[in-house]
Amino acid sequence: MAGKTYNAGVKEYRETYWDPNYTPKDSDILAVFKVVPQPGVPREEAAAAVCAESSTATWTTVWTDLLTDLDYYKGRAYAIEDVPGDDEAFYAFIAYPMGLFEEGSVVNVFTSLVGNVFGFKAVRMLRLEDVRFPLWFVTTCDGPPHGIQVERDKLDKYGRPLLGCTIKPKLGLSAKNYGRAVYECLRGGLDFTKDDENVNSQPFMRWRDRFDFCQEAIEKAERETGERKGHYLNVTGPNMEEIYKRAEYAKEIGTPIIMSDYLTIGWAAQASLSRWCRDNGMLLHVHRAMHGVLDRNPKHGINFRVLAKMLRLLGGDHLHSGTVVGKLEGDRAATLGWVDLMRERYVKEDRSRGIFFDQDWGHTPGVMPVASGGIHVWHMPALVSIFGDDSVLQFGGGTIGHPWGNAAGAAANRVALEACVQARNEGRQIEKEGKDILTNAAKSSPELKMAMETWKEIKFEFDTVDKLDVAHK
Amino acid sequence: MSEMQDYSSRLSDPNSRRLGTFSYLPQMDAEQIRKQIQYIVNQGWNPAIEHTEPAEARSNYWYMWKLPMFGETDIDRILAEIEACKKANPGHHVRLIGYDNIKQSQGANMIVHRAPITV
Repeated sequence: MAGKTYNAGVKEYRETYWDPNYTPKDSDILAVFKVVPQPGVPREEAAAAVCAESSTATWTTVWTDLLTDLDYYKGRAYAIEDVPGDDEAFYAFIAYPMGLFEEGSVVNVFTSLVGNVFGFKAVRMLRLEDVRFPLWFVTTCDGPPHGIQVERDKLDKYGRPLLGCTIKPKLGLSAKNYGRAVYECLRGGLDFTKDDENVNSQPFMRWRDRFDFCQEAIEKAERETGERKGHYLNVTGPNMEEIYKRAEYAKEIGTPIIMSDYLTIGWAAQASLSRWCRDNGMLLHVHRAMHGVLDRNPKHGINFRVLAKMLRLLGGDHLHSGTVVGKLEGDRAATLGWVDLMRERYVKEDRSRGIFFDQDWGHTPGVMPVASGGIHVWHMPALVSIFGDDSVLQFGGGTIGHPWGNAAGAAANRVALEACVQARNEGRQIEKEGKDILTNAAKSSPELKMAMETWKEIKFEFDTVDKLDVAHK
Repeated sequence: MSEMQDYSSRLSDPNSRRLGTFSYLPQMDAEQIRKQIQYIVNQGWNPAIEHTEPAEARSNYWYMWKLPMFGETDIDRILAEIEACKKANPGHHVRLIGYDNIKQSQGANMIVHRAPITV
């Protein structure tokens, strides 16, 4: 049989990359993009262009295409769908063969999937909505250093969500005053306190001083309460040498958990730090500064569910997921969707939660979702109901803002949490009966009673910007 | 606004020591404990009882009372084992665990008898 002949020039992408008869293989990486094409560009051509530019092609035919088996390596746009309630955008489904990617490299996959294609002129806006990672890829990534079960065993905490607090004001405290705030929270009944993400090693508080004072706070609160405690010591730094140096020191002083910001330190750095954490028995809390840049625009960028999957592959034991009810953006159904993707072994396609593909996580441990930002005791029934036990609920202002101080604020949150868990276990509808449950618990906790009076009227009821796509006409 | 209150936890006060989930609530009465046991049973978890000297409460390994009650769904029998453990180990804390074999973890873990703490 004769080979193909070389014809220089520009071909329509759909001739090569649009293949509606293709059945995706189990080993393919699948992606769904929301595409807004330039006016006049047909959907099939736009989908094929996205596929081509994120896999093997360039803008013109090249003779070297004929030196390889393009059918073996090319991506295929295999389906397009309407976006409910949106006339200009459509979903494009693309399958990428396994040979296109380096094993265990999240960096490599996303350099293709969200690379040059996002600046491509034929599409006006582009958003990566979901990615199906095949099992071969999942198992070549390290995954979380410990996972939910190991964390519970290390901390000896079961049958309830964990409680945390971000220390405020986020910048400007001396290390000793900062440690004071940590100690007060922990002795009052929280499991964790947290460095703010932009606390690194500024002149007002160098990292080593912060680590020392926080560790003393942890140790005293542990002796006082008899419970295990932690403070997420943020090792985020300007380069990997500093990050490793800070992590090593955290280990040396015996602290149980450190913290990083996976989008700002970079994905390779996150993978390296996570591997270090597994090697050194250190839990890893992961913050998501910059995610709003990538995930908030409903028509351009990367949906957070993809960023959440990415972190589970890169490795981390906790990841901020939004609160649904607090001060920060977050649609309830969509949040439930990515919380499942963080924790479960196998997640089925569920469009009502924005999940486009079945995702098998194999034996990869789960990540604890962290609900943080503008929450207080009145939100507790909803938070316990939304997030369940395997989560961390973090009250910053909702702890430190208590009129009697952090310890009282912490105790109020702990009492409210335990009352909600008790009521849930008794079979009560805790969101509906939340007021009764809290009011009753406050009878034996003056701290909770005070907190309930303080935050009675605070609500955050702005509409969500990034909503799930549903028909609204 | 009520008067500001001090938070009274102290290293020197052994009763400041907490014992995990539900230890910030008043001790549950018998009926409330039954409901929590019912929850463990309803989840399909295996109940288990452990106990320890209060001074050793921070250890990962409390004494197991017999073996976990695999497949036990009779709440009265679980309560009877708690009583038997208490009687045989005066002065010990006693806790009830719900082993979740699917998650390979403990789905529930709560103190059902808190002994006086002196250290």
